[in-house]
Amino acid sequence: MEKEVNSFQFVGKPEVVEIECDLLLIGGGMAGAGAAFEACRWATPKGLKVVMLDKAAVDRSGAVAQGLSAINTYIGENDVQDYVRYVRADLMGITREDLVWDLGRVIDDSVHLFEEWGLPIWKRGDDGSSMDGFQARDAGKALLKDGGAPVRSGKWQIMINGESYKAIVGEVAKSALEYNRQATGMDQNLYERVFTTRLLLDANVPNRVAGAISFSVRENKVFVVKANATLNGAGGAVNIFRPRSVGEGMGRAWFPVWNSGSGYAMGIQAGAELTLMENRFVPMRFKDGYGPVGAWFLFFKATATNALGEDYCVKYADKLKELYAPYDNPMTTNLRNCAAMWDMQAGNGPIMMHTDKALQEMAKTMDAKKLKHLEAEAWEDFLDMTIPQAGLWAANNIEPDKVPSELMPSEPYLLGSHAGCAGFWCSGPGDIPGAPAEWSWGYNRMSTVDGLFMAGDVVGASGHKFSSGSHAEGRIAAKSMVSWCLDHADYKPVVKESVDDLVAEIYLPMELYGKYKQYTTSPDSADVNPNYIKPRMLQFRLMKIMDEYVGGVSTWYVTSKTMLDEGLKRLALLKEDSSRMAAKDLHELLRCWENYHRIWAAEAHARHIMFREETRYPGYYFRGDFPKIDDTNWKCFNNSKFDPDTGDWVNFKKDYVKLVD
Amino acid sequence: MPSFVIKEKCDGCKGQDKTACMYICPHDLMTLDKDGSETGTEMKAYNQEPEQCWECYNCVKICPQQAVEVRAYADFAPLGASVIPMRGTDSIMWTVKFRNGVLKRFKFPIRLVPEGSVDPYAGKPEPNFDDIKKPGFFNFTV
Repeated sequence: MEKEVNSFQFVGKPEVVEIECDLLLIGGGMAGAGAAFEACRWATPKGLKVVMLDKAAVDRSGAVAQGLSAINTYIGENDVQDYVRYVRADLMGITREDLVWDLGRVIDDSVHLFEEWGLPIWKRGDDGSSMDGFQARDAGKALLKDGGAPVRSGKWQIMINGESYKAIVGEVAKSALEYNRQATGMDQNLYERVFTTRLLLDANVPNRVAGAISFSVRENKVFVVKANATLNGAGGAVNIFRPRSVGEGMGRAWFPVWNSGSGYAMGIQAGAELTLMENRFVPMRFKDGYGPVGAWFLFFKATATNALGEDYCVKYADKLKELYAPYDNPMTTNLRNCAAMWDMQAGNGPIMMHTDKALQEMAKTMDAKKLKHLEAEAWEDFLDMTIPQAGLWAANNIEPDKVPSELMPSEPYLLGSHAGCAGFWCSGPGDIPGAPAEWSWGYNRMSTVDGLFMAGDVVGASGHKFSSGSHAEGRIAAKSMVSWCLDHADYKPVVKESVDDLVAEIYLPMELYGKYKQYTTSPDSADVNPNYIKPRMLQFRLMKIMDEYVGGVSTWYVTSKTMLDEGLKRLALLKEDSSRMAAKDLHELLRCWENYHRIWAAEAHARHIMFREETRYPGYYFRGDFPKIDDTNWKCFNNSKFDPDTGDWVNFKKDYVKLVD
Repeated sequence: MPSFVIKEKCDGCKGQDKTACMYICPHDLMTLDKDGSETGTEMKAYNQEPEQCWECYNCVKICPQQAVEVRAYADFAPLGASVIPMRGTDSIMWTVKFRNGVLKRFKFPIRLVPEGSVDPYAGKPEPNFDDIKKPGFFNFTV
C-alpha cells in the first residue's frame, strides 16, 4: 500500500508549544506521583524544573484510579531478604534481586506518608478484631510509623479503606509540583489530558533521550518537552489480548483498560533494553467482574474447588511436582492457575470460591454487631477497588454468605508492578552485596538509554511492588534523576527528528479521516472505508492475533514457535496498517495512538516468548513445543533490544545471579 | 455500559468551570454534547464509548447533580440491580440493590485528613545533597 503523509490539507495544524525543563515525568499514576513528591524536594533548591504529563487527571489516573482495598506490600515486622525470597519464588526463580531488595528497604516510608496524608489504614484491636480507619482513630490507635499494628491479610498485605487512595496521593503530588513551579518560575508544570506518543532522541549525543512529544486531547495543541532526565511511568498493557467479554464488558478488564502499553512502546522505540517481556499476568478472579480474591483467600480463609468439591491444587499436586519441581513448593500463583486450568479442561468446572462456607465459619464466633462488620468488610473489598463485581453479585442475587461464586482466569496482561515482571532492564542501586557490577551503571532505575529512567510497571524483573512499591520506585528514580541532572548540568537537549515531521505524524489519522471520509456513505458508527482503519477495528485485529497465536484464552494459553511465527507475520502487517488509522476527533486520535503503543508491547511479548524455549510460567502461558521448565538452559534473563536506527530487534540471554540464599 | 447520564438531572455543569465527569474520567469517555447533536438535548454529558468503560465510578462519584449512574455490562449481567455511592468529605455511603430487591447499605471511611490540607514538606527535613548517591529518600535514610 502507498504510504500516506500528512500535509495538513484536511486538518488544521495544531499549535506547537515548546517546554523546557530538567526533569520530565511521563504519567501521573502511583509511580509518577511518588516521583513528583521526591523530585520536587531535591530539585527545587537547585532551581531544577519538574514537569509532569498525564493523559488523564492526576486525582484519578493510573492503575489505582478506582481505589484499592489493600496495600499489598508493607514490610513492617518482616525481613527485607524474606521479601526478596517471596518475590523470587512467585516469579519462578528469576528476578533482579538487587532491585527487589533496594525497593524493599525503603517501601514502608511511602506507606507511612500515605497514612500521614490521611489514608485510613485498618488496625488490629486489643481483642484481635479488625478496626477500620475511623474506629482505629477514635480508639487512639498508633500510626504504623509509631508501631501501630496493621491488619494483615497475608504476610505482606495490609488492609485499608482505600476508596480515595489515589486522590490522596495525587493531591500531594500536585502540591509538590506547585511548590516547584512557584520556586522556579514556570507558568505551568502539570499538563493533564495530554497523551505522549514518543520519546525524543538527542541529535548530538547517541543513545540519549532529550524529552518527549505529546498532544492535547482537549484542544489542538502539541507539546514538545525538552528535558535533561525523563521518567517513563506510563504503565502496563491491557486489552492487547482478546478479552473474554467482547461486548460492553470489553472494558471490564482486571487491570485498568486505559493501560495501553505506552510505557513499553515508548521505551522500546527509544532503544531501551527489555527483560522478561515474555512474562505476563493472568489473574484468576471472580468470573466476569474480576473482583479481588486475595482477601477472600488470605483474610476470610475461603477455599476454591472444582465443581466436584475437590481442591485442584491438592488433586494435581503430583503432576505439578513431576513437571515443575521445585517451583511447586511454595506453590506459585501461576501454578495454582495451572491446576485450575487442567481441571477446567477436564470438564470439572466451574471453579467455585466458597465464600459462604468461609463467612459461616467466621460467624460461629461472632455476635450480631461483629457479624455486620464482617459483612461490610467483605463488600468493601469490592466497593473500594472493583465496584462492578458488587454490581454483578447484586444482579445475580449472590449474597456471599449464602452461596459460592465462580472463578475464572482472565486474558493475559503485561505489567511489572503487580504479580508480573515484564519491563525494561534497569540500573540497580550498586550497593547490594553480590550484585554483578554490570547491573548498575551509576543512576538507579535508569534504563540502558542515557537520561531515560523507569518506574512502576515498566521496570522489568522486579514484580510484586504493587501500589506502594510503584510510589516508592518513582521516588527512587526521581532522586536518581536529580543526581543525573546535577552531574550533567551543561547538557542542552537538541531533538534529533524534525518537530514538523513529528507533529504531522501525530495528526496523520485526522488528515486521513478528512481526506477519505466522504468516499463512502458509511456512517461514523460503522465507518467502512478501504482507505483507512478506525482504531477500534485495529484493536480488534490486534486482540484476535494475540489471542489465537500468542497464547490467549481461546487456545488455553498455549502457543509454539510455529504459532508465534504466524502471529508475528500478522503483527507486521498490522503495524504497517497502523499508519492508515483514521480519527474523526481528538478522542479517536487518542485511541489511535494508544493502540499503536499496544502493537509494540504485543510484538515484544511475542518475540520474547519465542526466544525462551521452555515453559517458564505454566498457568500464565504454555509453549506446546517446549512444555517443561528447563533450568539448565533457561534459568536466565531473556533480554532484547530494538535498534531505532536500523529497525533490528534482537533477543539475548543474560545471567541470573542469586543474591539472597 | 457502564456509566450513563440521566438526561433530566444533567445540567452540563453550567455552574462549574469544567464538566466534572469529563474532567475526571481516566479513559476520556465522558463528553459534553454542547449542541445536542448526539443526545437530542444541548448541554448534556454522555459516555461516548461504553465498551471501554471500566466502571470505576469516578464520574458517578464526582457528579454534583447525581446524574451519572451505572447499568452493569449487558453482555453478562442480568438487569435490575444497582450500586449507588454518595461520596462525602470523609466517608462514602453505598446502596446496593439486588435484582430480587434485597437492599444493603454500607458506609466506609475514605480519608482522615481534610482534602487540600496537606502541606507536602511541612516538618520534613531539607534534602542532604551529600546523600544523593546513597539509598533512601530526602526524609529517610537506610
